[in-house]
Order: sequence, then C-alpha cells, then structure tokens
Amino acid sequence: MPALIGIALTSIFVQNFVLVKFYGICPFLGVSKKLDTALGMGMAVTFVMTLASIMTWLCQKFILVPLNIEYMQTIAFIVIIAALVQFVEMFLQKSIPSLYSALGIYLPLITTNCAVLGVALLNVRTASVIDPTAGSYTLIESIVNGFSAGIGFMLAIVLFAGVRERLESSDIPNSLQGMPIALISASLLAIAFLGFAGMSF
Amino acid sequence: MTDILFPALAMGSVGLFLGILLAVASKIFAVQKDERAEAIAEVLPGANCGSCGYAGCSAYAAAISSDGAKINACSPGGQQVADAIAAIMGVKSEAVEEKCAVVLCNGDEETAADKYIYEGIEDCNVAVTLQGGGHKACSYGCLGYGSCSAVCQNNAITIENGIAVIDYDKCGGCGECEKACPKKLIKIVKKSTKYIVKCSSCDKGADMKAKCSVGCIGCKICEKNCPVQAITVENNHAVIDYEKCIGCGICAAKCPKKIIIALNEEATKVEQSN
Repeated sequence: MPALIGIALTSIFVQNFVLVKFYGICPFLGVSKKLDTALGMGMAVTFVMTLASIMTWLCQKFILVPLNIEYMQTIAFIVIIAALVQFVEMFLQKSIPSLYSALGIYLPLITTNCAVLGVALLNVRTASVIDPTAGSYTLIESIVNGFSAGIGFMLAIVLFAGVRERLESSDIPNSLQGMPIALISASLLAIAFLGFAGMSF
Repeated sequence: MTDILFPALAMGSVGLFLGILLAVASKIFAVQKDERAEAIAEVLPGANCGSCGYAGCSAYAAAISSDGAKINACSPGGQQVADAIAAIMGVKSEAVEEKCAVVLCNGDEETAADKYIYEGIEDCNVAVTLQGGGHKACSYGCLGYGSCSAVCQNNAITIENGIAVIDYDKCGGCGECEKACPKKLIKIVKKSTKYIVKCSSCDKGADMKAKCSVGCIGCKICEKNCPVQAITVENNHAVIDYEKCIGCGICAAKCPKKIIIALNEEATKVEQSN
C-alpha cells in the first residue's frame, strides 16, 4: 500500500505530466480558458488514462510479451487507446447520457493525446516496486499510475484555468495579450512545481 | 520471413478484433437520432450567428425537430431556408420576419463637432477607451472607425463621412455589429420597420445643440403627435416602440431636427406624399 501511495504522489506532483514532463500541452493551453471546461477536460483525461492503463497492460502482458513483439508497443497502444475511446463514447452515449454530455467534445479530443500514450508506455517500462520479479508495473500499479497521472493533469489544468480567468480582467500590455501571457503564466506554474523535484517516496 | 509475417499477423488480428468490436458496439449502443434535425442542419446557412436565439445552427435544428421551435427564426437564411425547413418538417411555411441592423446616430463629420483629433488605431473599441469616449464632442455618437464593418460577414456596412452606413439589402440581421459597437448605437430591427430615430444622445437639448446639429433635442413634439403613443422621449432622446408603431410618419414630418428617418423606400414614398 505505501508503494501505491508513493506512485500516486509521484505522478501527481513530482512527475506531474503537464508541468514537469510537458506531456499534453495542447489541451492544457487549449481548454484552460474557463474553470468548468478545464474540470471537464481533466475528468475526461483521468477517465481515459485509467481505462487505457488497464487495456494496454493487458495487451502488453497477453499479446506483445508472449509473441515477443514488444517493439510494436507504440502502434498497438495507439490502436487500443483509439478504439477504447470510441467504444467508451458509444457506451456512455447509450447508457449514461448525462456523463456523455458533460465530457462532450473532450472525450474524442483526447484519443491520440500523447499524455495518454505516455502513461501507457511508462507503465510497461518502469520497474515494479511491489513485485521485483515482474520487470515492469503490475496491473494494480498501472491502474494507480494511470489514475493519478490523470489527477495530476486535472490539478495542473484547473490551477491554470483559475490563473487564466484572473488574467482576463487584468491590465495586460497589448503585445502580451492572449497566448503570450498564457505561456508565461504556464512557465511560472511549471517553476512552482519544480519545488517537488527530487522528492522520492 | 516470419520476422515480418508474425508481427504483421498479430497486429492485424488485434486491429481486426477491435474493428469488429467497434462495429458490434455501434449496433448495440446505437442511439436513435432525429433524421429531420440533421436534414434541417443541412439547409441552414451554417453561420452559427445566433440571431435565431439558439446556440448555433445545429442547436436550432434540434430545437425545431424536437421542441417545436418556430421555423421562421433564421434571419440570414430568409424565406428560402424557411421553405426548405417547412418541407422537411411537413408543415406550412411561414413568412420570415426579415431583420436588419440600423445605426441610431446621424452625426457625420460635418454635423457633429469633435473635441480632439484622434490619431490612434482605427478601431472604435480602442478609441472609446480614451478620455471622453472618443474624439466626438457627443460622447454617445458613432466614432466611425468601422469596428462594425470589420465583423460584418456580408460587407453590408461602410463608413461614409465618418459614420457607419448600412446597406439594408445586403444586411442579414445577424447582430454581429450590434455586439461589436462599443457605443451600443446599432440595433437589430425588423425590415418592415418604417421609421427610426437617428440619435441616441442622453445629453440635454441645449448641450446637444452645441455638439451636434442633427441630434435629438428631446422636444417631445413627436411624442405629443403620435396617434398610438408609440414614441416616447427617454433619457433626452426619442425612442420608438416598434410593437406599437403603425408607420404613419407623423413623427418624421413633425420632427424639427428631421432626425426621424424612413427606413425603407415604401415609407419614403408615404413621407413624400404627405
């Protein structure tokens, strides 16, 4: 259990996907203008990352490793994630329309997001803490890692959306209005997350 | 040979499996969609201007097919689109109330005085942030830097002699210019509107006269002479209630400053015959 908490804290704060590893910058900048849309995007990413972690781990364990074709990881994972998101979208539209409309456009948007592929690849490349003989993360570790990476993304995008909402009403020099000031604030936020660097659990 | 064949087969079968899964899922989880909504979205202009009162063309299409929204609310599409929607919905076509934008200011370069010379960016929304809300002596008047014509998709607005002029034939009544005008001088009215008051000044009559020769002085002659009480003086300028106005033209004839103006040709003829 402490190992799992360590994994979670690491991928939320120390190795935050957006602000430390710089994965998924496109939605981070694109969908952070309003707090509620940022929260929606964060939830969708968390949801997809958790599911993708499970599916790609299963694919790695039962297809790629037995056939000795681990080098096909990137292609296989992208295909699985894309199909998974499509499937989840159809399922939600039929079964939970309220959640479907809440996630809305963000669900298909993150199909090929590098942050989702990133977490899937990290899961099969990081040495396991719980089971040293396993080589890479076990299923439960992968799930925790995927979920907390999504939480880390949500934390970053929600914090950033809060900053940008304040920026809307601030007196910003003309040449810096819009994207320039957003990038500057994002970099300051990233520097703030540098405070977690070097911590290990 | 097997080095290539084996992975290719493995990946191919993964892809095939996922493909079949998605195909089956799309049948199982198929959601019934209203075909009429899609057909209506096809015939709408797709400008997503919002003048119908819905979030966009597809939202309006959904509202027509499921909530029974009126089919004649699309102003840019006009009668043609309303007829097409009527055909899809199987209902009788209704006449479209076409709308257009009007500029409620008359003060051009000659008639309205300036309080200073502005040499900044040619944009009303920039000019208005300066001291006194722009270069015109009248702080309610049209600045004429064309923020409205810049957003117009139909090129219906030109700046002539320092004031925005709308080509009513080209105007689709989408309301983008209404949003762009920092002085709130542009209003969307029905094209059947007969008369408009070309002044929005809230200054008192005497102050107004010093700043602009074609401003409303709030004399209330129009208010007193209107047979249906459709015109009233509010905040020192006349305002017409278009719901009540019968287009008789008495106000335009009596106005001492001649700032109540006929909107379309038909009304102009009535005015001439009077």
